[in-house]
Amino acid sequence: MSAAALRSRIRRPRRRRADTDASRIPPHELLSVALQGLRTRRLRAFLSALGIAIGIGAMVAVVGVSASSQANLLALIDSLGTNLLTVAPGQTFLGANGVLPDTAVGSILHMPTVQRASAVYQISQASVLRSPYVPADETGGIGVDATDPGLLAAVSGKLAAGQFLDSSTENYPTVVLGAQAASTLQILSVSGHIQVFLGGTWFTVIGILAPVTLDSTLDSTVFIGLPVAERLFQTQPNPSEIYVRADQSQVTPTSKLLAATADPQQPDGVTVGVPVDALKARAAAKGQFTTLLLGLGAVALLVGAIGIANIMVISVLERRGEIGLRRALGATKRHITAQFLAESALLAALGGVAGLLLGALATLAYALGQNEPMIVPGYALVAAPAAGLAIGMISGLYPAAKAARLSPTEALRAT
Amino acid sequence: MAVLKLREVTKEYPGGVAALRGVSVEIAAGEQVAVVGPSGSGKTTMLTVLGTLELPSSGSVEVVGLDVLRASDPELAGLRAHKIGFVFQGFHLQESLTAIDNVANGMLYTGARTRERREAARAALERVGLGGRMTHRPGQLSGGERQRVAIARAIAKRPVIVLADEPTGNLDSKSGHEVIELLHELAADGATLVLITHDQGIAAGFPRRVVMSDGEIAGDERR
Repeated sequence: MSAAALRSRIRRPRRRRADTDASRIPPHELLSVALQGLRTRRLRAFLSALGIAIGIGAMVAVVGVSASSQANLLALIDSLGTNLLTVAPGQTFLGANGVLPDTAVGSILHMPTVQRASAVYQISQASVLRSPYVPADETGGIGVDATDPGLLAAVSGKLAAGQFLDSSTENYPTVVLGAQAASTLQILSVSGHIQVFLGGTWFTVIGILAPVTLDSTLDSTVFIGLPVAERLFQTQPNPSEIYVRADQSQVTPTSKLLAATADPQQPDGVTVGVPVDALKARAAAKGQFTTLLLGLGAVALLVGAIGIANIMVISVLERRGEIGLRRALGATKRHITAQFLAESALLAALGGVAGLLLGALATLAYALGQNEPMIVPGYALVAAPAAGLAIGMISGLYPAAKAARLSPTEALRAT
Repeated sequence: MAVLKLREVTKEYPGGVAALRGVSVEIAAGEQVAVVGPSGSGKTTMLTVLGTLELPSSGSVEVVGLDVLRASDPELAGLRAHKIGFVFQGFHLQESLTAIDNVANGMLYTGARTRERREAARAALERVGLGGRMTHRPGQLSGGERQRVAIARAIAKRPVIVLADEPTGNLDSKSGHEVIELLHELAADGATLVLITHDQGIAAGFPRRVVMSDGEIAGDERR
């Protein structure tokens, strides 16, 4: 158009034409035109949608696999009971190390919302060794705790071998090993009267614990009865940690009362913990490393998007004849833009749906292999096709604008 | 009343090639006009300007009362959708669609419902004598039949103007003759027909002949 023509168009108001004379196409017709465009080039549509499918599939699989294993971990934690609370001496208001009074366990057990409570008492002067010939300071990081027979139930622990302390064996030099402690001491079974040299006395190993999920510090500890500890090592009955099981519905109120109950005189010097919360936080944090993998999926998606843009540009060049014909039949530039945008959006949205299925399949395969529940986060069901749609729109923008700009006569001469 | 008015129209392409040099012509409603001239004389450019597919570089063009230079793209598209039917030398049918769908697509941008479009397409195909070929695809039709499908597509919406660009160019003389006969017949119903051809024999059958030469009108003969 000449500059003069352009100027006159800008200056003078356009005349409105009757609406019946307008160029119109119902949206569903436009969509079917776009679908038809894809159907006539099936292989090409399939291949370019595949790029998007792989990118979105990778992302869905990453999210799904990490959600599945996370759900598995959370289910495991929940199965161990979310009503466990811990009470430990902290620091007093003035900064001194606190000591729990020897009445703490008894007081806690009197709380109506407490089901059970069990304590461990750290014996810092004693170490556990395979024999007297091992230097006493080579403890291998194994701690020695005195405890009562209720500990195992309180922490939902399981025995790998043998048995736990009971009301009889807690009076004698018998010991139960945590899982890590047992492997450090290289004791794998309790058969054959195995003894360890503990604080200058031979103790008989009567049990080995399986790893304790709720409190892994117990794994590198060995346990002896409190009576024998008091007798041999003059252990004071001031708990270094108390494990409390509260009524499921009363966990929070109980946790608020625990400090004052354990040490009414210095409740500030008592630390109350909810180990499950910490574990859940850790499980959630475990999902974070997937960011990197998601980034890789995003790169795949970008490549797919460029593939679609490329295919659409080629398609526009090839279809100059069709574009010219549509313009001659009364399509506006906007109709042409919309048609090509719809084609590329449809293509990528189909790729997104296919990617969702691929990713879900990959997650299912992983979950079956790991014997875990299969979980694809709900947002992925919406996000995958929506991401496809958005990518299609964006990568279709340039080709669609190019198609609309084609001169209709040039297009008609093309074929 | 004139449905097509060109006044001092020039059309220059980038590079300084002038395809039209000051063309003025008026064509009244219901007229049948052949535009003749050797190739390169500017007759195809004149048709694309008449069909609002191209805007002139200067001068004025009025099509069915619409000042083309002042109209917006949607207005021009609306004009083409409702008032103008095109017939091309190369047919421009969609290979993947049946005859009836190709014809119905001619009304795609009129806003008519699918059923209305198909009914109009059926009637138009009957009209061009292809009632028995509705569900054939272009590949299953002869050249003459294909051009008749294209003509059906152009007339299905009952346009005011039919613009045909060398419609017989790809046809043998017998089917070419039939196509021209058909166009005459259809135009007799009241549509304005402008046909471009380099064939003097075909032009001779028209009541009015505009002779183009070198981008200018060299003659305007009426019988």
